[in-house]
Amino acid sequence: MKCSLKWLRQYVDISLPPSDLAKLITAAGTEVAHVEVIGGWDNVFVGQIAVIEPHPNADRLRLATVNLGAENVTVVCGAPNLVIGDKIAFARAGANLLDGHTGEKIKLKPSKIRGVLSEGMVCSEMELGLSRSHEGILVLPPDAPLGARLADYMGDVIFDLEVTPNRPDMLSVLGIAHETAALTGAAVREPNLDFIPAGRSIDESISVEITDAQLCPRYCAGIVTGVKIGESPRWLKDALTASGVRSINNVVDITNFVMLEFGQPLHAFDYDHISRSKIIVRLANDGETMTTLDGVERKLTAETLIIADPDRPIAIAGVMGGATSEVTQGTTAVLIESANFKPSSVHNTQVRLKMPSEASARFERSIRAELALPALRRAVQLMIEVCGGKAAEGLIDRYPGRKDAAAVLLTTSEVKRILGLDVPPAQIEKTLVSLGCKVARVSENSFEVIPPYWRSDLRLNADFIEDIARVMGYQSIPDTLLSGAIPHQEPNPMLGLRLNMRQVLAGFGFQEVITYALTDRPTLEKGMNSPLSPEPLHIEHPMSSEQECLRTSLRGNVLAALAANIRREEGAIFLFETGHVYLPKPGDLPVEPEMLCGVLTSTGSEKVWRGRKEPVDFFDTKGAVEGLMAALGVGVNFVESQDPGLRLGRQAAVIAENKFQMGVLGQLHPRVTQAFDLPDNTCLFEINADVLLPLATGTMHYEPLPKFPAVMRDLAVIVGEGTSHSQIVRIINGFSLVKKAVLFDVYSGKQVAAGNKSLAYSLTFQSADHTLTDTEVDKVLSAILKKLADELGATLRS
Amino acid sequence: MDIKTQLEELKAKALGELAAGGDGASLEAWRVRYLGKKSQLTEILRSLAGLSIEERKEVGALSNTLKIELDAAFKIAEETLLARAASSADAKDTIDISLPGRPFPRGHLHPVCQALGEISSIFTAMGFQVLEGPEVEWDYYNFDMLNMPKEHPARAATDTFWLDAPPNDAGWKMLLRTHTSPMQVRTMEKNRPPIRIVVPGIVHRYEATDATHLSMFSQIEGLAVDEGISMADLKGTLHEFARRFFGTDRRVRFRCDFFPYVEPGAEMAVECGVCRGDGCRLCGGSGWIEVLGAGMVHPNVLEGVGIDSKKYSGFAFGMGIERIPLLRAGVEDIRLFYGNDLRFLRQF
Ligand SMILES: [Zn+2]
Repeated sequence: MKCSLKWLRQYVDISLPPSDLAKLITAAGTEVAHVEVIGGWDNVFVGQIAVIEPHPNADRLRLATVNLGAENVTVVCGAPNLVIGDKIAFARAGANLLDGHTGEKIKLKPSKIRGVLSEGMVCSEMELGLSRSHEGILVLPPDAPLGARLADYMGDVIFDLEVTPNRPDMLSVLGIAHETAALTGAAVREPNLDFIPAGRSIDESISVEITDAQLCPRYCAGIVTGVKIGESPRWLKDALTASGVRSINNVVDITNFVMLEFGQPLHAFDYDHISRSKIIVRLANDGETMTTLDGVERKLTAETLIIADPDRPIAIAGVMGGATSEVTQGTTAVLIESANFKPSSVHNTQVRLKMPSEASARFERSIRAELALPALRRAVQLMIEVCGGKAAEGLIDRYPGRKDAAAVLLTTSEVKRILGLDVPPAQIEKTLVSLGCKVARVSENSFEVIPPYWRSDLRLNADFIEDIARVMGYQSIPDTLLSGAIPHQEPNPMLGLRLNMRQVLAGFGFQEVITYALTDRPTLEKGMNSPLSPEPLHIEHPMSSEQECLRTSLRGNVLAALAANIRREEGAIFLFETGHVYLPKPGDLPVEPEMLCGVLTSTGSEKVWRGRKEPVDFFDTKGAVEGLMAALGVGVNFVESQDPGLRLGRQAAVIAENKFQMGVLGQLHPRVTQAFDLPDNTCLFEINADVLLPLATGTMHYEPLPKFPAVMRDLAVIVGEGTSHSQIVRIINGFSLVKKAVLFDVYSGKQVAAGNKSLAYSLTFQSADHTLTDTEVDKVLSAILKKLADELGATLRS
Repeated sequence: MDIKTQLEELKAKALGELAAGGDGASLEAWRVRYLGKKSQLTEILRSLAGLSIEERKEVGALSNTLKIELDAAFKIAEETLLARAASSADAKDTIDISLPGRPFPRGHLHPVCQALGEISSIFTAMGFQVLEGPEVEWDYYNFDMLNMPKEHPARAATDTFWLDAPPNDAGWKMLLRTHTSPMQVRTMEKNRPPIRIVVPGIVHRYEATDATHLSMFSQIEGLAVDEGISMADLKGTLHEFARRFFGTDRRVRFRCDFFPYVEPGAEMAVECGVCRGDGCRLCGGSGWIEVLGAGMVHPNVLEGVGIDSKKYSGFAFGMGIERIPLLRAGVEDIRLFYGNDLRFLRQF
């Protein structure tokens, strides 16, 4: 809502500087987003063209003598529309103007034009910053005061208000005046609504039928005959221009003016084009059509509330009028509609037809039905004044949905309970009265309050309390800390687990990323390398095809993030994300398991002295998962797996406590690396944190420190290529005196027979009850070897 | 020559030799000469046998003192020699300490997660429990129960991602939550006051992405409900949060604002950290930066979950997280947070 200070001042006295008023209104709940000062016109005055002479040295220029009241000045002027006697805007040297051609800011300097001194300039609208028009000079109305500062005569300040959905009253100059009055302690002068009717009784001219009081609680109408359609007077045009509304003709301009003044949308019909003197407010029939003012034929539905005559629809209620009953040059009788429509009905129609308007914006915010009559009176009065019409005797006022605002009982203790501030009863009363409320004292500390007719948002105690607080200013409420008991808290272990995982991985050198929950099917499919199952949840009307559905896996997004970064740098990159995936569940909200996905890759070798030289591989990935799980205190083992997104034979399922599969890890399938344009060696791990959560209890196990010394032995065995480390280690660990077996070398090559490999272990032997002797250890060692030979065909590597 | 004079001469000679310096071998020879079993001092002491008891006492004391003095002098000389030897050895085996250290990989937590964690822990310290809720929600929780019934203008004005899924048996429609506030309702449905929670999480708005808007962003919600909670508590709690998070010297400002699920409603702004209130590009010249929306829980919301609004009252607040690192570090394009460019993320 754009509101002119000049217009506002007609209803309320304002002594504050505009910027201070803007701050006050903002603090009270309606943000003044912008304060525009029109006419920073120093050194520009109202003048009158007294004499026009030809320029001695230029055919296209003329010399004008301008009368400024106290003196005459001469200027050189090239404008075509110079007329003796016209009032104009004269700028002296030093005036800040805009260049008439480039629009840049300039400071006017005295100058000689073709040898003649020009003492200033007669300004165009563009030079004054009023419009883009620079063809001719601005001609002021004949009553413009000669010699006055143009800023005093034409300057204004425009407040641009961002009105919240609860305050339709702030979409009106009068509403803003009431707000200003409450905030500054001034009083409002409401406009006079009187007019003298001179026509026949309105009931002879029109009848109105409302079919649904819910959809149309009130319908008021007035008729003005003998109007002369024409251009609006300057004050009317200026008022509309200040609010950003285009002038059309005097009748339409008056309806818009009153809408801006009262916040009540009006519509003017050409009375002679309403059939059979009857208006019916009803729902349209499915398939009914009408052509709206913009010339578009609209198909109506059974949900569309319309204004109709007995023959056809003549307007879409609260949204737009129809072309057949439009006020045109030939119109002589006007029916003015001032009605109240159900907000949701107007909203739905406006959305369905994609026709938001100034009118629908007000109806949607639920304006009060009480506004309809005063606004109508004002419009009729102005039409008589401006368009020279005669008002019919009486006004139509159908009010089947009448609901008077109920009085609310407000107590000082309730004010104190909500605000935490003692507001004296007298101040409560004064504040509410300043807002236009009717306040009746019920007792020393309680009131009955009725909101003013222009406010639709004051219904509950809390609403009035907010108004008291915002008029007093929130700064008057003290700052206190919560004094009640701290409630019991239920543990939320996922928070701790997530934080642990993130910190451990960051410690390992992984960078955390956050990717969008919305993705597209191709990305999901590429990441999984399999058809999507389940089918992800789709967005009803996606904003773009890249964000069409909810992810069922983190893989695609994280790999895409990796691919984007690998193009920018060489070396190893480790990324991870923890986040939800969304698995559809029939008839219910989706399940949202928390997943962890890490990706590792490298290109070339890190170009850093002593940096990592080997390419990233499976064992980096496994090491990360092992390290993470060790940090979380969860025992895991790894078994061969068959995830289609990973390379067969280079992937493993992550199993916790020998039974819970909580994820997979491995080298990406070549189709996946190709799809994302990633290096072949790129690896991934994926852990379902929901499965991990009950296992990662953080319970610590304590083992007493050993009392007897350990004995270390190395053992290198040769086995077939097909034998795995885990098979060997399981046998070794089966011997009770073996405390630890650590693999330290794997070798296959010239020194062992083809088809074989050698694995070397560092074994730690220890007993809980005595010091081991060499003989004892040797005995166990040969038993281990024998068992390895028997079960795996292993031989000692010598 | 009496023994005293002999001792004096011995002392002068020994210390003189020591002062002349020498290597390890000459120092060892000196020790044998003056402190060894066959040293001159020993010989002098042996010759005491022929003296009277008084003389023996006197000379004995003198020679003991001398022995202590020579011992001390020897230790100093020995240490000086060792130190000199060590430093000359180091000089031959130095490294270029300006070479870079061996790199340890360092990962970074995402700046949004860092901010969320920090904010959560401030409220935890004030007795708020951290809860999380579903990101896919019913309109019932996202709107209806938050005083935004089907035809409420604020609901219509909230740009929502609706899901292509049938409504449930109750007719509820599925959407991506537009704020973390549904957890207010879910929590109050299950728990009676006193309640103090904060809810961090991802939310979505059907909005074109640009430098200051994202279709997905993070929020943190707060709710406190009990007997006697007032707007003064709201202001005090949020002011305390601002002190702990932005710094004790940053001023805060509350103004009236509208959210359907609170009444009275408020917006909190913090003094701009760059210009300290004078106005700059970051704060759009106002000197203040809007940080969060808040208010007293609307009576309709309390009554909706069966909490007596005459007896209990509460406050709620919600803030967007991306603004925080944005404001702290002066990031000008909010899209960077989810662009996952390592050159950006590594700066946090
Ligand atoms: Zn600033």
